[in-house]
Amino acid sequence: MIPLSWLLFFAAALFCIGLYGVLARKNAIAILMGIELMLNAVNVNLVAFWRYRTPEIMAGQVFAVIVFAVAAAEVAVGLALFISVYRRRKTIAADEIDMMKW
Amino acid sequence: MTTETLIWLIPLPPVLAFFLIVLFTNRNRALSHSLAVGAAFLSWLGSMVVFFRAVSTEHLGEHPFVSSIPWLATGDTYFRIGVQIDPLSAATLFFVAWTVLMIFIYSVGYHNYGQPKGDHDRPGLPPHGATVRDAHGHEHHVPSIEPMYSRFFAFIGLFAFGMYTLVVSDNLLTLFVGWEIMGLCSYLLIGFWYGKPSARAAMIKAFITTRIGDVFMLLGIAYLYSLTGTLNYREIFYNEEVLRHLAEMPSYIAGFSAAALIGVLLFIGAIGKSAQFPLHVWLPDAMEGPTPVSAMIHAATMVSAGVYMVIRVFPLLAAGYEETHHLTQPMLFMAFIGAFTALFAATIAVAQNDIKRVLAYSTISQLGYMIAALGIGGYVAAAFHLITHAFFKALLFLGSGSVIHGMEHGVLHTGNHHVDPQNMFNMGGLRKKMPITYWTFLIGGLALSGFPFVTAGFWSKDEILADAWAHAPLVFVVLALAALLTAFYTMRQISLTFGGEPRTKEAEHAVESKWTMTLPLVILAVFAVAAGWVGIPEWMTGGAIPNWFHEFVGGTLLSHPEALPFNIVPLLTSLVVALGGLGLGLFVYRDIRAGASDPMESFLGAGLYRLLKNKYYFDEAYDRLFVQPAYWLAETFTSLWMDRKVIDGVLHWFAYISGVIGEFLRNAIDKPIVNGFGDWVGESAKKLGVFFRPIQTGRVQQYMILALFSIAVFTALFYYLLLTAR
Amino acid sequence: MTPLQIIFILVAAMTLGAGLMVVTARNLVHSALWLILALFGVAIVYVLLQAGFLAVVQVVIYIGAIAILMIFAIMLTRNIATESGPRFSENWSWALVIALVLFGTLAWMLSGWEGIAAQAPAISPRFDTVRELGLALVSPDGFVLAFEVASVLLLAALIGALVIAWDRR
Repeated sequence: MIPLSWLLFFAAALFCIGLYGVLARKNAIAILMGIELMLNAVNVNLVAFWRYRTPEIMAGQVFAVIVFAVAAAEVAVGLALFISVYRRRKTIAADEIDMMKW
Repeated sequence: MTTETLIWLIPLPPVLAFFLIVLFTNRNRALSHSLAVGAAFLSWLGSMVVFFRAVSTEHLGEHPFVSSIPWLATGDTYFRIGVQIDPLSAATLFFVAWTVLMIFIYSVGYHNYGQPKGDHDRPGLPPHGATVRDAHGHEHHVPSIEPMYSRFFAFIGLFAFGMYTLVVSDNLLTLFVGWEIMGLCSYLLIGFWYGKPSARAAMIKAFITTRIGDVFMLLGIAYLYSLTGTLNYREIFYNEEVLRHLAEMPSYIAGFSAAALIGVLLFIGAIGKSAQFPLHVWLPDAMEGPTPVSAMIHAATMVSAGVYMVIRVFPLLAAGYEETHHLTQPMLFMAFIGAFTALFAATIAVAQNDIKRVLAYSTISQLGYMIAALGIGGYVAAAFHLITHAFFKALLFLGSGSVIHGMEHGVLHTGNHHVDPQNMFNMGGLRKKMPITYWTFLIGGLALSGFPFVTAGFWSKDEILADAWAHAPLVFVVLALAALLTAFYTMRQISLTFGGEPRTKEAEHAVESKWTMTLPLVILAVFAVAAGWVGIPEWMTGGAIPNWFHEFVGGTLLSHPEALPFNIVPLLTSLVVALGGLGLGLFVYRDIRAGASDPMESFLGAGLYRLLKNKYYFDEAYDRLFVQPAYWLAETFTSLWMDRKVIDGVLHWFAYISGVIGEFLRNAIDKPIVNGFGDWVGESAKKLGVFFRPIQTGRVQQYMILALFSIAVFTALFYYLLLTAR
Repeated sequence: MTPLQIIFILVAAMTLGAGLMVVTARNLVHSALWLILALFGVAIVYVLLQAGFLAVVQVVIYIGAIAILMIFAIMLTRNIATESGPRFSENWSWALVIALVLFGTLAWMLSGWEGIAAQAPAISPRFDTVRELGLALVSPDGFVLAFEVASVLLLAALIGALVIAWDRR
């Protein structure tokens, strides 16, 4: 049997890798990929807790399903934004899109 | 109607007329003068009824008509005001009623009622005449109606109210009220033609000069009230105890009894009102008013009020006289002032050329006679002369107004407005042009001169001279001299005005006045003669007819004054001075040619003549003594020094100190501390903004890093605190 | 060490390695491919946790839809896939610090939690998880409301994406 701690450490590591991608990458699509990693890490956590603590209550899996839906929506909107921005600015580098600065 | 009720009602109609005219009818001339004359007639009627009831009452002096009401609560008692008719006020009421009614009727004609409106007349200026075109197309200049016709009648209505109030009142306070109402009316009527600067100056002069006397009079009234607790005539002047008490009580001034001091104070009020030396200066200037009427007010009625008041308070002035037969201090004072004024004013009158000014100085002189008569104890003589003088002086003034009116007619005819219609040297020969005026004026003049045996003036003046001879020979000499001068200047006036040939074209074209003006002259002329007959001394008729006036008016006093025995000296003196003065005047002035100078000038010498003509330079002296210092006080001392330097200086100093404090507050507190704090808050916010501004890079990742970093830091801090707190 | 544990370690290592490659690969297309591998690893973890339905959904939606969508987006935004500029922004060091601190904190907290040693209870053969999940999602007693809200969210995102990306020229 896989200890719970392993799963949690795995999820934490995946989350931090995703976070690093979000914070450090220049390309907006890469940032989006980092977000996907983070969401997956969360999903792993959710499923792991469901399996190890309340397997008879499906709340954990339900949340995971909803995270899927949110992720799909997010990716759809995010990619649409990037394409729109790219059309006007010819770039999707996160540090170049700074129209909102002072 | 009871007599008492009637007395209450006597002063009312004129004041009602005043209010009605002022409030409602001043646009309608006929209605206004009807109201005023009607009111005067009602008052006259009431006065006559009261007068005849009074003379038919036995011992009126002991039981006068009195009626009073409580008026002012003074502690436990009331100050009562009321009316009283005793012999003195009955006699006064008689001449006041007649003269007032005559003025009112005369005014209708004098102000040219029925004449067209003037071409360019304006309110505040005398009418200048109107141009009318007759059927043949000829233009005529005719007198024009007074622009402020109704206003005049309102004013004299109020004046009549004041005079009646003064006469019928039973105490000194309501007498003073009437006195002051007349002062106000005097001011308003002298300045009736307020468009003329001289009229404005005269009205102010009259008001201020009489005010000086009034202040002392009010002081006397107050002093009297504080000592006796009443101002009622009978309670003071008909009360031996009170009089003796006052005469024995020492006053604030050493050597004066309370009675003497009060008497002197009250007498100073009369000096102002009756234009006695040295407050006589206002009366000649009062001739600036509408010619006969205001002049007559200032000759026959109003100035008589001063003498009436002194006669009224005579028991107080003479308190102690009965016992000692020495003249009391106020009496000496009055004798001196009166005799001096009589002679002094007569000398000025000799050198005046203005027909009204001669009469004005003659008035001052005659009032001096009355005052002098009182000063030597001639109570009845003074009252007698007061009444006869009122009639013949009213006659003379109205006559002079008629003369001036006729002259103005001539001026309008010739169109030469440089001719002064009041200068007697521009007249002459008017006896043929204005016969009614001439004869009535002659009667008045002879009465004033004291023409023997016929005229009223002779009897009253003779009684004064007899009193003077009996009590104070020095006063007798002065008064005799004044009587001589009076006869002389009266004849001079009559000769210059009516005698000889016309000296100017204007005089040739003078015409007789209308009946509204001549009727009062005729009526007054009757009284100028007949008024004297009531006071013919007993020795004249050999005791067959008693001296009615002496008996009647003497009854006002507590102790009936004795009629003087016959003495040939004053009688002869009267005859000599009257006839001598008249003859001399006729001789000197019987035929003055046009352009001739006054024979007086060569007789007296240029210097003395100029001195008299300029009234001893009294106006100039007062100007130097009082007016200029007053101006200096106002302009230089008060305005320049006190106001500008001291008060303004203090204010400027305050302003400067305030400025310094303000500057300090601003620079030391407001700017650095309050403003500084405000600025600091603002600047700090700005600096903080500038400091934090670079954080807003617009880069999402940096925001996120910062947010996470902050979360990390705060979480760590939170945990640390949680752990240490545990 | 049970075979299951060995499998998990291998899968976890593969997933984490793929994740690292996702965030560090210079070429974005490579990143996307590495992402597919990482997502696949997560799907295996779901299988290991006896959540078969989720594993299938992971493969279908994440790999089949999201990852492919990303590759399309990369390709639509021309020449960025092969751009030669730096992969990371200038804040990469801070990002690394934060990521490491977060991992350290999580590890420290997890190791101090008593529930960490919980054992997975056995699931009876009669308990059909897929059926139960379906029931939970659509039954009024379960999470039907959240399910519906999620579907509305998806619809809104669909329309929003269309509107945003619409080329109005």
